[in-house]
Amino acid sequence: MPAPRSSTSPATFTGTADYLASADLQDAVNVAVALQKPLLLKGEPGTGKTRLAEAVAAQLGLPLLAWNIKSTSKAKDGLYVYDTVARLNDARFGDRDIRDIQQYIKYGPVGRALLSKTRVVLLIDEIDKADMEFPNDLLHELDRMSFAVDETGAVHTAEQRPVVIITSNNEKELPDAFLRRCVFHWIAFPDLEHMRAIVRVHHPDVEDKLLQTALVRFFWLRKQADLRKRPSTSELIDWIAALQQTGAGIERLATDIPFVGLLLKKESDVQQLVNMKDTTRGLRM
Amino acid sequence: MFLAFFYALRAHGIRVSTTEWLSLVQALGRGFDRASLSTFYTLSKSLLVKRETQYDAFDRAFAVTFEGLEGTIDVTDELLSWLDQPIPKQELNDDERALLQAMDTETLRDELRKRLAEQKERHDGGSHWVGTGGTSPFGHGGQNPQGIQIGATGTGARSAVAVAGERRFANLRADRVLDVRQLGAALRRLRRLARDDGVPELDVEASIDQSAKQAEIELVFRPPRKNRVKLLLLMDVGGSMDPYADLCSRLFAAAHQSTHFAAFKTYFFHNCVYEKLYTDLERGDGVWTRDVVGGLDQTWRVVVVGDAWMSPYELLQDTSYFTFGDKKTPGIEWLRRIAGKARASAWLNPEGRRIWGAPTVKSIRQIFPMFELTLDGLDRAVDHLRGARPVEPGADTPSSSGR
Repeated sequence: MPAPRSSTSPATFTGTADYLASADLQDAVNVAVALQKPLLLKGEPGTGKTRLAEAVAAQLGLPLLAWNIKSTSKAKDGLYVYDTVARLNDARFGDRDIRDIQQYIKYGPVGRALLSKTRVVLLIDEIDKADMEFPNDLLHELDRMSFAVDETGAVHTAEQRPVVIITSNNEKELPDAFLRRCVFHWIAFPDLEHMRAIVRVHHPDVEDKLLQTALVRFFWLRKQADLRKRPSTSELIDWIAALQQTGAGIERLATDIPFVGLLLKKESDVQQLVNMKDTTRGLRM
Repeated sequence: MFLAFFYALRAHGIRVSTTEWLSLVQALGRGFDRASLSTFYTLSKSLLVKRETQYDAFDRAFAVTFEGLEGTIDVTDELLSWLDQPIPKQELNDDERALLQAMDTETLRDELRKRLAEQKERHDGGSHWVGTGGTSPFGHGGQNPQGIQIGATGTGARSAVAVAGERRFANLRADRVLDVRQLGAALRRLRRLARDDGVPELDVEASIDQSAKQAEIELVFRPPRKNRVKLLLLMDVGGSMDPYADLCSRLFAAAHQSTHFAAFKTYFFHNCVYEKLYTDLERGDGVWTRDVVGGLDQTWRVVVVGDAWMSPYELLQDTSYFTFGDKKTPGIEWLRRIAGKARASAWLNPEGRRIWGAPTVKSIRQIFPMFELTLDGLDRAVDHLRGARPVEPGADTPSSSGR
């Protein structure tokens, strides 16, 4: 059971009441914050990579700027977008002074993080969704914490270096030059004890025995090699909520997995489970 | 000692750059080393290792460098006091408990070292190996009252070398194949090919942008984003491939999940490709190989999965003994035709390199560049298929252990 470490200074991350961070992860965050390097997080889906940024922002008392990367995201969009269409429109119909280019510069999340007068947490979520070259295009800006707006010639340098947290789902290999500049942490899937603590955070009043049985069932299910998609933390939490609300007892869990649709999201996986002769296998109380 | 660590890392294939090493020195200067070797372990891991596939190599390097020094640096007292803490006993029968209580800490530690030396992989459940959820005295999430807990979160009483020695990350190594999702992720990289070829399309957004900037109509073209890659997957099944059935089915599942190919076809064969390729081997359902070859063109990539291990006559002679129809064409000729028509092709071999010198494997390698069927090998094969790092047939594809 991970007990949050005693906080020595407000700048230390120890995990929050509703986000339990392992000691390794706390160390990684604190190193990244102290060395002012981006923290790169990888791990199975559902291990709380994105939520970590929220927890860090909450605990350090900093605002959070999130940038959710899509396959079409361009590095420059994160800094700023020059809204040429608005300017063209204004040139013909508008009454604004189109010589003032500054007003057509719209800053993206990275741009706003670097411009901010106070320190912020910048989350670059799922960086691997974008093009292969995307991380390299951001290298200079993240390294120097400054960027130039070509159209106006202005150079902005961050007064307070933001805490940068980057997540990746491992869909693409990230470039070496980028990796060298990051602090890296791979979030392992929680073990049973850690998972128990996580569920407790979400369902503080769940019965001990029910929780234990449900956890054993859950980890047994995850171990089945043929599953196309293994259930993760969020699915477990929903499932336990369902078990609690419907009052499905431990007796039922012993012979069956009720509401299996909450855990297994693929038809073939559900079928796989049905085909198993003895679903009570692996269940111990 | 820290330089020794640096070279140990290199020896284990982790190429630490100067930048990264300096970051570590900088971090140590800030007092992160105050606590213990455990902190140094997590600190150096997060700064020097950037791929989870290298965690295992890191653990080994760490254990080699710091083994034996632990007592002098680490917070051993904490470890010992932790061992005294009672833990709810759930699943241990009386005999086992009596036996385990008889062991003192020293015995336990020696035993741990012994078991770690024997143990090659992660282990969950059970009563002997180091792992999780069992009754062995070593590991975490288990029920042994006096055991050594390893790698559990937040206790603050871990021994760094023990954590390193546990090799929790052994199954993340790049030279092992993991699950469907990871295979899928590797295959997905084939998607990038899409932008390299095809008739350029009008880029509406860039056109508007440029027109506005230039104050005149400016049309911008770019290659289409659509994936034009077509993939033909041929899999050897049965016989000598039986031990790899599970691995192959995972690759098969991953390829099927990849919906991003413009076209995706998969057939089975046994031993070698002859005049027919099968959709169902048992029932003999299939198509004529010549039709498949006829459908191939420069938009196709071919991946063959097989051990390439057979009797030379099965590859080289005419096949009248065991096939019907087109008897005159030997297997190797079919392979040649398939490789010749496609844009690029690769052979994934689940068997290790030690058999790659066998006559039939050698002959096939003259036609198909061969890669190991591991994550690393698949990555290299995808690179080759993309044209990013092409490998000539017959060339020695780099071994995955170098990474």
